[in-house]
Amino acid sequence: MKPVFTYTKGMLPVSTSYCPGCTHGIAHRLIMEVLEENGKLGDTVGVAPIGCSVLAHQFMNVDMCEAAHGRAPAVATGIRRAQPHKVVFTYQGDGDLASIGMSEIIAAAARGERFSTFFINNGIYGMTGGQIAPTTLIGQRGTTAVEGRTKAQFGMPIKMCELIAQLECAVYVERVALNTPANVRKAKKAVQKAFEVQEKGLGFSFVEFLSTCPTNWGLTPSDALQWVSDKMIPYYPLGVYRAPQPEGGQA
Amino acid sequence: MAEKVLMKGNEAFAEAAMRGGCRFYFGYPITPQSEIPEYMSRELPKRGGVFVQAESELGAINMTYGAGAAGGSVFISSSSPGIALMQEGMSFLCSAEVPAVILNVSRCGPGIGGIQPGQADYFQATRGGGNGDYHMPVFAPCNMQEAVDIIYEAPALADKWRTPVMILADGMMGQMMEPVALPDPKPFVEPEEIPANKPWAITGYAKKPGGARAVVKSLRMQPEALEEHVERLFARYDAAKAELTRYECIGLEDAELVFVAYGTIARLTLEVIEMLAEQGIKAGLIRPISLWPFPYEAFDQIGKRTKVVVSAELSMGQLIEDVYRGVNGRLPVELIHRTGGIIPTSIEVAQKAKAILEGLK
Repeated sequence: MKPVFTYTKGMLPVSTSYCPGCTHGIAHRLIMEVLEENGKLGDTVGVAPIGCSVLAHQFMNVDMCEAAHGRAPAVATGIRRAQPHKVVFTYQGDGDLASIGMSEIIAAAARGERFSTFFINNGIYGMTGGQIAPTTLIGQRGTTAVEGRTKAQFGMPIKMCELIAQLECAVYVERVALNTPANVRKAKKAVQKAFEVQEKGLGFSFVEFLSTCPTNWGLTPSDALQWVSDKMIPYYPLGVYRAPQPEGGQA
Repeated sequence: MAEKVLMKGNEAFAEAAMRGGCRFYFGYPITPQSEIPEYMSRELPKRGGVFVQAESELGAINMTYGAGAAGGSVFISSSSPGIALMQEGMSFLCSAEVPAVILNVSRCGPGIGGIQPGQADYFQATRGGGNGDYHMPVFAPCNMQEAVDIIYEAPALADKWRTPVMILADGMMGQMMEPVALPDPKPFVEPEEIPANKPWAITGYAKKPGGARAVVKSLRMQPEALEEHVERLFARYDAAKAELTRYECIGLEDAELVFVAYGTIARLTLEVIEMLAEQGIKAGLIRPISLWPFPYEAFDQIGKRTKVVVSAELSMGQLIEDVYRGVNGRLPVELIHRTGGIIPTSIEVAQKAKAILEGLK
């Protein structure tokens, strides 16, 4: 019998700390699968954020460090300088990246740092218990806005891909979703592309994953996936926001 | 052979760090140390090193954490309010046991304060400043040669004890020109050498001897595990104290009055001691060179003639807390200080010292 689906060596054989229906596990696996396929697990350094995925280093089978809340892109900048030939990535949630870490992510993207950032956007603070995030949708409820987010109080949700794509040295920027098998396959291609751009030394690469948080959204895992389709994707359109020009093409 | 040159303090500090093996510098401009990032931006790339102008002091300290965790030898510098911004990162460096050399060319506070020299960062330097139970070695040189020698030695101490090391200078030292003997440069460590030299570093495990995966972290969710970790850090501090505790004692045997002072004011105190001697008053000096660990044992050398111990500082009485601990109730303790960026004249300090002695009669 030929196995059609197996564990990836990129994930350590342990149970994760994630809630049922959370898509962190899918995102972890996609990144690690690509690194395994590229033969890079032993030549990669990852940075875990603050948030539910602070423990990513217990699950991902690569050298890793923790970063203070929002600081992962600065930490990765330092790692990149000390280890210029390794694959370097940050893995960050929306509170981490789009709120407290806005300065670090924009500065790293503007400098065109040669690492990849994987951005988990589930529109809420997960680990601290469901507070409004910079990416929470209008009308979406959180423990700091029990009646739902309003524009008057919080302004509008931040679209990170659109923001990052303004920066010329951010050479690959794509938004994907983890809500359907077809989208998961597209997400893997985006991860492959991000690492490819990094290995070619072209600049900064950024992949945003629209993700779920059934626990803090108060939805079942399957309803949460549907919610990504119905609510998140219309506000956060999927697609490539910036990509390198094809070789030989006009700039 | 050491090379003797006339240099501005800030540039000499930067030169000493490079010669001591620091290959990476992450900087952000702030007065009175902006000559350091400028000097590093010119000099480091020429020698195969790396200069990055960070987006903020937060960025700089976290780049330091990343490069240090990946095995690089890092030197950074800032001044008081910038150092305050870095404190979050310093707490992480200490818990995650990441070596680095951090220079504070201090000014005066609180808040933006002013840009003149001050010593009001004593608490910030020696009492943590970031969250949690930790210490880091802090050295306070009093002239440029001593500063250069300590900065040159600091990367090796940081690596040996797996800790950031702070050098506390001040704006006076940073801006002043003095002749200084520069030690011979040590070679930079290549990225390929790091896995063997620092197996704990996050370099990727493919070429690491033994191939073990490395994780650099400070989070420990289980209280027992965190307590064990912190106890281990403190056991290391105890082990390091003999090597790190440094001080100079002058004329303690027959001094009526003993000054305790570090940095710029300690240098000035040497002149005060001569001035008092001309007037028939014998004064001595305990000059802590390491502020942490603090040289409490130096106070055991105070002789029987001493009537009072005086903390001389450019702050409102911060060093004096360690002076009280060192004296331990054996003698009266007094304070001579200026703050706000004012450096007293030696005449002013001498007059205040005489007034203190007269007040005891």
